[in-house]
Amino acid sequence: MHIFSLRRAGQLLVVPILAVFSALLVGALLMWLFGDDPLAAYRGLWEGAFGSPRAWSTTVRKMTPLILTGLSVSIAFKAGLFNIGASGQFVVGTVCSVAVGVNFEGMPAHLLLALLAGVGGGVLWGLIPGLLKVFTGAHEVIVTIMLNYVASLFAAWTVYAGGTQGQTPGPLWDVNAGPISRTAEVLASARLPWIFGEPYRVHWGVLLAIGVALAMWWLIFKTTLGFATRTVGANSKAARYAGINVRWITVLTLMIAGGVAGLAGAIETLGLNHRFAPEFTGGVGFDGITVALLGQTNPLGVLLSAFLLGALDAGSARMQFDSGVAADIIQVIQALVLAFVAAPAIIRQLYRLRKPGDLSESTVFSSGWGR
Amino acid sequence: MGNRLLRGTSLLAMFLAVAAVAMTLLVNTTSLGEHPWLRVFFSVSALNFTLRASVPLILGALCGILCERTGIVNIGIEGMMLAGAFAAFVAKTSTNDWPLLASLLFGVGVSLAVGGAMGLLHALFSIRYRMDQIISGTVLIVLAAGISAYLFDRDAVAEGKFGAIALPGLSQIPVFGEVFFSNPPLTYLALLLVIVVHVALFSSRWGVRTRACGEHPRAADTVGIDVNRFRYVNTMLGGMLAGLAGGFLVLEAVGQFQEGMTAGRGFISLAAMIFGNWMPFGAMAAALLFGYTQALQNELLLAGITTVPRQFVSMIPYVVTIVAVSGFVGRVRPPAAEGKVYETESGSE
Amino acid sequence: MSHPAVPALEARSITKIFPGVVANQEVSLQVHAGEILALLGENGAGKSTLMNVLFGLYHPTQGEIWVDGRPVTLKTPRDAIALGIGMVHQHFQLVPVMTVIDNIMLGDEPIRYGLLDRRHAEERIRALSHQYGLAVDPHSVIEDLPVGIRQRVEILKALYRNAKILILDEPTAVLTPQEIEGLFAVMETLKRQGKAMIFITHKLKEVLRIADRILVLRGGRVVGAADPQTATQSQLAALMVGREVILTVEKGAARPGAAVLEVTDLQAKNDLGEPALRGVSLQVRAGEIVGVAGVQGNGQTELVEVITGLRRASGGQVRIGGVDRTHASPGQITHAGHCSHVPEDRHAYGMVDSYTVADNLILNQYAQPPFARAATIQQAAIAEHAEKLVKKFDVRTPSIETPGGSLSGGNQQKMVVAREFSRPIQLLIAAQPTRGIDVGSIEFIHQQIVAKRDEGVAVLLVSAELDEILALSDRIAVIYQGRILDVVDRAAATREGLGLLMAGVKAEPT
Repeated sequence: MHIFSLRRAGQLLVVPILAVFSALLVGALLMWLFGDDPLAAYRGLWEGAFGSPRAWSTTVRKMTPLILTGLSVSIAFKAGLFNIGASGQFVVGTVCSVAVGVNFEGMPAHLLLALLAGVGGGVLWGLIPGLLKVFTGAHEVIVTIMLNYVASLFAAWTVYAGGTQGQTPGPLWDVNAGPISRTAEVLASARLPWIFGEPYRVHWGVLLAIGVALAMWWLIFKTTLGFATRTVGANSKAARYAGINVRWITVLTLMIAGGVAGLAGAIETLGLNHRFAPEFTGGVGFDGITVALLGQTNPLGVLLSAFLLGALDAGSARMQFDSGVAADIIQVIQALVLAFVAAPAIIRQLYRLRKPGDLSESTVFSSGWGR
Repeated sequence: MGNRLLRGTSLLAMFLAVAAVAMTLLVNTTSLGEHPWLRVFFSVSALNFTLRASVPLILGALCGILCERTGIVNIGIEGMMLAGAFAAFVAKTSTNDWPLLASLLFGVGVSLAVGGAMGLLHALFSIRYRMDQIISGTVLIVLAAGISAYLFDRDAVAEGKFGAIALPGLSQIPVFGEVFFSNPPLTYLALLLVIVVHVALFSSRWGVRTRACGEHPRAADTVGIDVNRFRYVNTMLGGMLAGLAGGFLVLEAVGQFQEGMTAGRGFISLAAMIFGNWMPFGAMAAALLFGYTQALQNELLLAGITTVPRQFVSMIPYVVTIVAVSGFVGRVRPPAAEGKVYETESGSE
Repeated sequence: MSHPAVPALEARSITKIFPGVVANQEVSLQVHAGEILALLGENGAGKSTLMNVLFGLYHPTQGEIWVDGRPVTLKTPRDAIALGIGMVHQHFQLVPVMTVIDNIMLGDEPIRYGLLDRRHAEERIRALSHQYGLAVDPHSVIEDLPVGIRQRVEILKALYRNAKILILDEPTAVLTPQEIEGLFAVMETLKRQGKAMIFITHKLKEVLRIADRILVLRGGRVVGAADPQTATQSQLAALMVGREVILTVEKGAARPGAAVLEVTDLQAKNDLGEPALRGVSLQVRAGEIVGVAGVQGNGQTELVEVITGLRRASGGQVRIGGVDRTHASPGQITHAGHCSHVPEDRHAYGMVDSYTVADNLILNQYAQPPFARAATIQQAAIAEHAEKLVKKFDVRTPSIETPGGSLSGGNQQKMVVAREFSRPIQLLIAAQPTRGIDVGSIEFIHQQIVAKRDEGVAVLLVSAELDEILALSDRIAVIYQGRILDVVDRAAATREGLGLLMAGVKAEPT
């Protein structure tokens, strides 16, 4: 457990760094192939991510939910579970926190309650695949993906403005929004305060997210619960032999994963958007997979990779504005990053690296669809 | 193991199918058809829509069967489908000035090719580079979404799509003629492929070898079968079918491309494959069931039934998928070796 | 015995080097048509490597293979098959869900009108089974067949490909003594019909019984040849391990105390949901070793799993130290029941390959003090514990931070034994405690088991090796189809009597 050994840290970082580098390179190749100017694009990207205090603040803002969804996917990975459902958990967390945030004026500890509501929604959305996996053998991958669709439809319904044929509006719809499907603004008492206000718009959520990451690191590597979780992920039979309740750990891990993703939703809403509309349900859940793998499923690594992917995201708008390259190229680059970190063999082959001597903890998900 | 249960399930399915056929005949030929709810459930348009919604699911499930029967888990069907759809769209829009049929067939060809290329990528990732197969599938999904969004020209318009071909004679049969024998070409092709894949899997040399690779690759290896070659080839063939499913969406169903237009069909295909116990006909039955839930959603809107919020109606296919997967995993039996990298003895030298 | 001048198969000074390991060094052998050559050697002697070379699965680093007097190159098994080499694998290479026909014809399928011609294959299989006395129903599905019949299918598979040279890799490992006789009869038939056979084993008695010539392999080299007419078991054993081996374990008489493990009418199902235990009753007293003998797959695995809480009992009772633990969890049985368990498959249950030796040494005590306090892992205590055990149990590892999976099999097993033997217990369950490890480690583990007994621990030993059971046990229980057929005192047990019991034949009291 030489977490802080420099040599080991170096070994751990080589593949992710080269993966990002290679993805940027291939991305440039693609842009060049389709008639875009990669240099201008990357210059814009850099400007947009780090070129000014405002750019930095955007990066930090984009990084915040990625830390949490990355942690959500990571902790599930540790227990040998693939949580593709972070985006659904995020959405349910958002809706629950908004529901508390727009109501209950004058409630004491309003912000805390709204955050907890978000966590609770996520926990519930993680509990479903957990229970189904444990009691019916349904693979969490399919269940969480389906729950993502259910979550966005459910969220869309809660803020639905109603229809011309007499359809009733959703319970969270803002009556003052006319035909627009969205909630009212979160009450001031339930908002996360700014660390740097306008125009930087950096809120306390980022520190909360970093705190959760540190707590998660401690949980995974320093507690008996973490030991049990890692054992379940590394060898579930040995875990049973060791007296670990594998079913409980499976359910609990998915609940924690859901809760963290739900917290991401709550923080985004209570700190930044201050309301919910269906179009806010972006791809942060899927990005969480990339963040987790790039961070080698280590919570500290997740902080680094979330920063990096947050920067990519932050710079993309400026990139499109400056160079005319569609911001969607960032998604391609992220997919490439994911491919390269998930298959270190490619990176080792490209850069003629030697294979690390020891067995690293690897997780296998794809052995059948249940049982 | 579970055989009796499976047999029971197929009996039940058969009974339901017969009942549905009977109701369909009654609703569409007698005065029962005046009842709005019955029309929602059994009208010819509901059945037509069911078939149309099922085609991509059938093709996707066949893709899954080809991959998993050789031992490669494929959750990237969604990405393969999306890539196929986008490729078909690009091919169609850039050949709008060709004769319609030529342009459409070109689109089909390109969607097959791109789907096959996605299959090759999945095989490379999971066999050569030993990526976890579920993560490899995820990479395909993100990659397809990213590239199609990046390259999508929102002003491009595909002109024309495949029309229905009424099979002479057969299409005159009341109700059934309309449902089964007046369809566009890719629908017929999908149904035909179910039969082809079934026969090939169980009665051809390729099929018995494929299944051996998925169940016990070492046994296949020791009688001289090149397991990984089979895995490469079948994953590519599967990718082509998923690509065709995408092509179907653009060239036959919708006529245009939208970002993320596969909307989870790849994942539902996967569920259909599991539900159908990795059997082509089983998967087709499951796909038809899922397609039917989508049809209901449509019919409810058409019938103006607004008491149920439409978002909840739209959830039905996804919820049914969860229920199906929960109820049937553990009773069906996946290929024993799926998801595991096969190392030949000599490969580990 | 007179042979044709040209050997059917000849290996000429084969050397096979894996990175860092010389698996075979200048191994030469010849086998003629109508002859059975036995290749004797203990685990890790290089027998399997050599066979894989002869079957085209590995490529020799140096040396040549000659078939019928011509040098050949075997790139893949396909080449070997084409030259008439057939292999009967120790782990049957049969697809469980497919039929006998499909399995046998796989890779060499007759085709008619573009589709499989199963009828043609069936006719050939029927003809072959008639010719060689290998009765089997071609339409049955492999997973429904007993082990002995599956082996026939393996042999038929080779014959279907017109094999002239058959390599039989540890073919008797999974058979009852009676099934072994059946196999030997088949081998005699094959020999009469002119097949050349290489019979790989580590069982001395079988070699003397069936072989025409014996080669002994040790450390990757041929260390000697012997004639079964004149050789003795102890000579062969000495050749095989390189020194005189103690075939018996030094131990005094048992002084049994009160019953610690009481199993009453225990029932359980296997993974396929079929009954595996059909009413097992058994007692193990403090200070004695009870061995469970039986052919693999007669419920031993399930018995151990139910006692240790890894499998649910569907009926009956398990009492440990007088307390009912029938439905207790593995954790309760380990800690409250003071029970240790050396599992039969250490990679599945006994250890986590990616965990360090130190973490593996506390695998089932991670939440107990001093390794955890207030739900927090105590790294220092774990390291101290590991250093102590590694020394005491002679686990050869570069450091306690080395992943357990990178140790050799023997050292992995010693690591598991170290963990299980180093805390106060009243009951020890040892399942196949020496499977697949070197002789030195076997002796060490046997001594440790006896030492535990002498401390007053009740020991339940489950082993597929009859010799191990005979060497260690004070009483022997024979399990057959999920029932304990009989329990005999070691002093009264004979190999032949146990063999009959293992085959389900219970002698009438005379």
